[in-house]
Amino acid sequence: MADESLVRLRGVAKDYKRGAETVHVLHALDLDIPKGDFLALMGPSGSGKSTLLNLIGGIDRPTAGSIEIAGIRTDAMSDGDLGRWRANHVGFVFQMYNLLPVLTAERNVELPLLLTKLPAAERRKRANAALGLVGLSERAQHKPRELSGGQEQRVGIARAIVSDPTLLLCDEPTGDLDRKSGDEILDLLQALNQQQGKTIIMVTHDPHAAARAKHVLHLNKGQLGREAAA
Amino acid sequence: MLKYLPLLWANLGRKRLRTSLTLASIIVAFLLFGLMQTLRVAMTGSPELAGIDRLITMHKTSFVQSLPLAYLNRVKGVDGIVVATSQDWFGGIYQEDKNQIAAFAVEAPTFFEVYSEYQLTPEEKQTFLQDRTGVIVGPLLAERFKWKVGDTIPLRSNIWTRKDDGGNVWPMKIAGIYQASNGDNQSMYFHYDYLNESRREIRDMIGWVVVKVKDPDRSADIARAIDDLFRNSSTETKTSTEKAFIQGFANQMGNIGKLLTFVAAAVFFTMLLVTANTMGQSIRERFNEIGVMKTLGFSGAGVTFLIIAEAILVTGLGGLIGLGLAALASKGIGAAVAQFFPVLGMPSATWGIGVVLILLLGGLAAAIPCAQASRLKIVDALRKS
Repeated sequence: MADESLVRLRGVAKDYKRGAETVHVLHALDLDIPKGDFLALMGPSGSGKSTLLNLIGGIDRPTAGSIEIAGIRTDAMSDGDLGRWRANHVGFVFQMYNLLPVLTAERNVELPLLLTKLPAAERRKRANAALGLVGLSERAQHKPRELSGGQEQRVGIARAIVSDPTLLLCDEPTGDLDRKSGDEILDLLQALNQQQGKTIIMVTHDPHAAARAKHVLHLNKGQLGREAAA
Repeated sequence: MLKYLPLLWANLGRKRLRTSLTLASIIVAFLLFGLMQTLRVAMTGSPELAGIDRLITMHKTSFVQSLPLAYLNRVKGVDGIVVATSQDWFGGIYQEDKNQIAAFAVEAPTFFEVYSEYQLTPEEKQTFLQDRTGVIVGPLLAERFKWKVGDTIPLRSNIWTRKDDGGNVWPMKIAGIYQASNGDNQSMYFHYDYLNESRREIRDMIGWVVVKVKDPDRSADIARAIDDLFRNSSTETKTSTEKAFIQGFANQMGNIGKLLTFVAAAVFFTMLLVTANTMGQSIRERFNEIGVMKTLGFSGAGVTFLIIAEAILVTGLGGLIGLGLAALASKGIGAAVAQFFPVLGMPSATWGIGVVLILLLGGLAAAIPCAQASRLKIVDALRKS
């Protein structure tokens, strides 16, 4: 598995300063995630799940260790390079959706494409294709406040996949949804993994959600526990 | 960069009441700025009127004191002078007292040599020079009273009376409508001979002499030479550049202009600071969204650009509307006080200064949020949701 790893972490540690105190969030983690995996990261609050996800996604930097994604050392990149790398290779799905409330669903999905040189018509076409993939074509001109929580999260997923990233990172994607909407989101993630071959890492508290993943990893006090097939 | 316009525009609609109030503040601030500039120029003189190669010789005490007509010929003989002409203040009123007109009696043949920026068609010029009661008027003045060439208008003077009938109404025949490149489009010029021969009060006296010099660098020497001609006489003169003369005229208004300028400037900058603070606040409220955009791959510089662009969009919109309103208001005020300030109107430089202020205000509003946004870590920003 290690040879085909898309994500490879070696000795990754993360410390935070809280006043004079240093908090050790992650302790020398080694982790390999193969391409095409759907991994659920579980663990109690404060165990470091989201921190680990942020490190893999390049929105935070490790205190020690190395992070390699598709053979590229992301921990050694400059902020600018890391931003460009994120735009091209990573899609983020947030618990609170984090859509821009002033933009329509279509404009929200188009947002990552503004960083490309695509012409407006092509950007619009791709945004609508992504919305179609999550089943929200007819809600393209609606603003987030006009959508249900489940629909907002679908728009969030469309935004995450519109630039066709290698890796999809989901932080509690069903955490703010009722069971039915949550199941629909998980169906969507599963389909993206199985049909589109997207590699997905999902942080969740919910065993029901974790059961949809191919593998489950437990984090406890910054250390990886047992790995289990879901 | 146009691709970001929908995002910037959408952000303005986020809190419409706040955006409207902020825009209103900027509009009022720039309206005030435009009017302040107009007033400043009006109160401190109209330098646009002044030619760099012209000197004015007037009575040493005040320009309301007259000079003997003979001075004109003596001045013409001073070395370094190309040509000299005379002018006299008429104090014109048309029909009603509110219609005050800046009317001057001039030595017609030399007037056009000294003031080459005043243009007439050859026919109009010919008619004017040949008709003793002929008068030329500015285009705005003609438009205001629907005058046309050939009309004879009764112009009342609040200074001079006619010796033939003792009245103060002077018939003037419009010989032409001049075009002046210096912005003076509301004045009236007629023959000094007509005034001199017909007025009862004095004869062979003029208001002041206007001199065109060969070399503006020698203006100080020439001015001294002119004043030396009349030193120790009963009517001593004071010669200065035309710009200084116009400012001296405007200084009759005292320090009102300065006072108004200070008050308006204080109000303007207070409004700018309040506006900058409000705009900064609206951006600080969106740090979570900035975190999301950075997560999606927007660079720190990209986010900074968007913040500054949004701030400048608001200030630009408000500033240009405010300056536009000021230009319109200045036109209205200018028409009302044309007698005293023939070129009153918002100076064209105001637009340039306004654009600089728009950029400064936008920069000021965006500076602190930009600094905060650039320091903001994505993970901290996302926690603010």
